[in-house]
Amino acid sequence: MPKLSLHNWFQKKKENKEAENPNEKLDIPGNLWIKCTKCRAAIFNKEIEANQKVCPKCGFHFKLSAHERIALILDRGSFKEISTTMRSKDFLNFVDSAPYSQRILRSQEKTGLSDAIVIGEASIGKIAIGCGVMDFSFMGGSMGSVVGEKITRICEYCIDKKLPLIIFSSSGGARMQEGIMSLMQMAKTSSALSRLREIGIPYISVMTNPTTGGTTASFAMLGDLNIAEPDALIGFAGPRVIEQTIRQKLPPGFQRSEFLKEHGMVDIVCERSKMRDLLIKIFAFFVNTRK
Amino acid sequence: MTMEKTEQKHNSQNKKIFLEFEKPLIELYKKIEDLRKTSGAGLDMAEEIRMLEKRIKTLQRDIFSKLTPIQVVQVARHIKRPSTLDLANLIFEDFTELHGDRNFADDPALVGGIAKLSDCRKSSPLGETFFDQPVVVIGHQKGKSTKENIARNFGMAHPEGYRKALRLMRFAERFNAPIISFIDTPGAFPGLGAEERGQAEAIAKNLRSMAGLSVPFISIISGEGGSGGALGIGMGNRVLILEFSIYSVISPEGCASILFRDAKKAPHAAEVSKITAPDLLEINVVDEIIKEPVGGAHNSYEETAKNIKTAIYKHLAELSKLSPRELIADRYRKYRSMGFFIED
Ligand SMILES: [Zn+2]
Repeated sequence: MPKLSLHNWFQKKKENKEAENPNEKLDIPGNLWIKCTKCRAAIFNKEIEANQKVCPKCGFHFKLSAHERIALILDRGSFKEISTTMRSKDFLNFVDSAPYSQRILRSQEKTGLSDAIVIGEASIGKIAIGCGVMDFSFMGGSMGSVVGEKITRICEYCIDKKLPLIIFSSSGGARMQEGIMSLMQMAKTSSALSRLREIGIPYISVMTNPTTGGTTASFAMLGDLNIAEPDALIGFAGPRVIEQTIRQKLPPGFQRSEFLKEHGMVDIVCERSKMRDLLIKIFAFFVNTRK
Repeated sequence: MTMEKTEQKHNSQNKKIFLEFEKPLIELYKKIEDLRKTSGAGLDMAEEIRMLEKRIKTLQRDIFSKLTPIQVVQVARHIKRPSTLDLANLIFEDFTELHGDRNFADDPALVGGIAKLSDCRKSSPLGETFFDQPVVVIGHQKGKSTKENIARNFGMAHPEGYRKALRLMRFAERFNAPIISFIDTPGAFPGLGAEERGQAEAIAKNLRSMAGLSVPFISIISGEGGSGGALGIGMGNRVLILEFSIYSVISPEGCASILFRDAKKAPHAAEVSKITAPDLLEINVVDEIIKEPVGGAHNSYEETAKNIKTAIYKHLAELSKLSPRELIADRYRKYRSMGFFIED
């Protein structure tokens, strides 16, 4: 396998700015405009970028890349990534519309990431934390062996360094190209979180649009506090699967952040612009309660 | 409960159901039936019947040694396959079902109770002694007819099912009883109420809690191991699988329609996803394959139960030597090591 350094990936990413934004674009040269997923208004791309990728008209939260989120939420320049070279292994030699190994390479080139999550140490409001940030544009943020191992490692890192943990989820669930091994990552990450909990280290889970399937049914729902960005799709089964099963239309707002809060699954729904301040308050609570 | 009574009636397995690939057997069974009818008229057909039965066994053995993955899926989903309640009653003594999650409801798709495993062996310097080991049993529960399956929601549990299972696992821990779980579900139920009541949270909490259990825990995939709904009660120190059971992250049909854009490609999906017992053993997702009777578990509940019981004895004896701490560490090692990746 040819070695692609992360630096190269980032270079490629810069060269190919168009591939960077996974959101729907209008057919206008230069992609100056994008169409809001929710209110369908055509908005200047720049305007959305300047607004933390939130629609200025309706407040819809567009997806953020892992590094965009890190830049937005964590203290500037504080993030130090660990386990940077870990890559998926196509142990099933799985081929759907393309071989899995090729899909991985393509996603790596597209996103500049080695897989669907980055982990590392950082600070927020000068409080040292361990963090994991998922990226939906890498194969739908799906959880395979690399995501599972990295979450386990950041848990173990936090145990080792006595740091609180935060994970930002954005994931369609298990990575089917890794078969049963993707399911086993639910067991693996939950085991790591069990240890973290046993030792008394706080874990904050922030769910962003979308967080579904095996990701929700393992580490994303296991926060000491569960936080969600507004209007994010969060659930176990996908809406289409539910519709097909029960043969009826789903009520409006079903499986959205506010619905989860209403049903007691989420502590706080917090918009992006207020997320950093909220997290600083929360981590300060934990600093002051530390024995 | 009437539901349990009707299920027991079905246990006699008197009406045979043949799968597509078992068609060569139908004729032989019919011949036996005809012989039995004529044998009443003063003729002794016993010898001939015995010969035919032998031929059936040979043919069955041959057919079942060459099953394709999608055919294994059919056996795993066989409507007459022994259910958790069948196995609990045959393997253990005094199985007593317990109900409810103490929060919302009792889920008929996921059952549990207390029982005892008789004749467990304990060796000491003074020699061998035998004792009855109290155990907690949990498992998904499918029905044996459409009516029963509707009552059991086809073995697809709601959050209250997973929460009942957790309640019983905690109960087992408090009273130091080993836990045996039977896995047989198409998956956790995807529905409105299930999402409202936190299907994802219920499963996630079970996973984290199972990781920390301080008692021996054996999970047995006895039929269909459907994704997170299966794993939700399946994080044993040992995971065993019946020979013609499956374990997958998504059903072959689901995989086919999502990844191959064609539900008819389910046989191919079953093939490439590696969901059969030997494939799972190869990558250590399961620890041991338990043999099924000739023609599959539904052909002899007794033999199936006997084989499972033997495996439980063996693994329980090993796990019983571990302290609570060691049991948790053993489980952590097991699940910590799962995954394939490359790192420079
Ligand atoms: Zn909008």
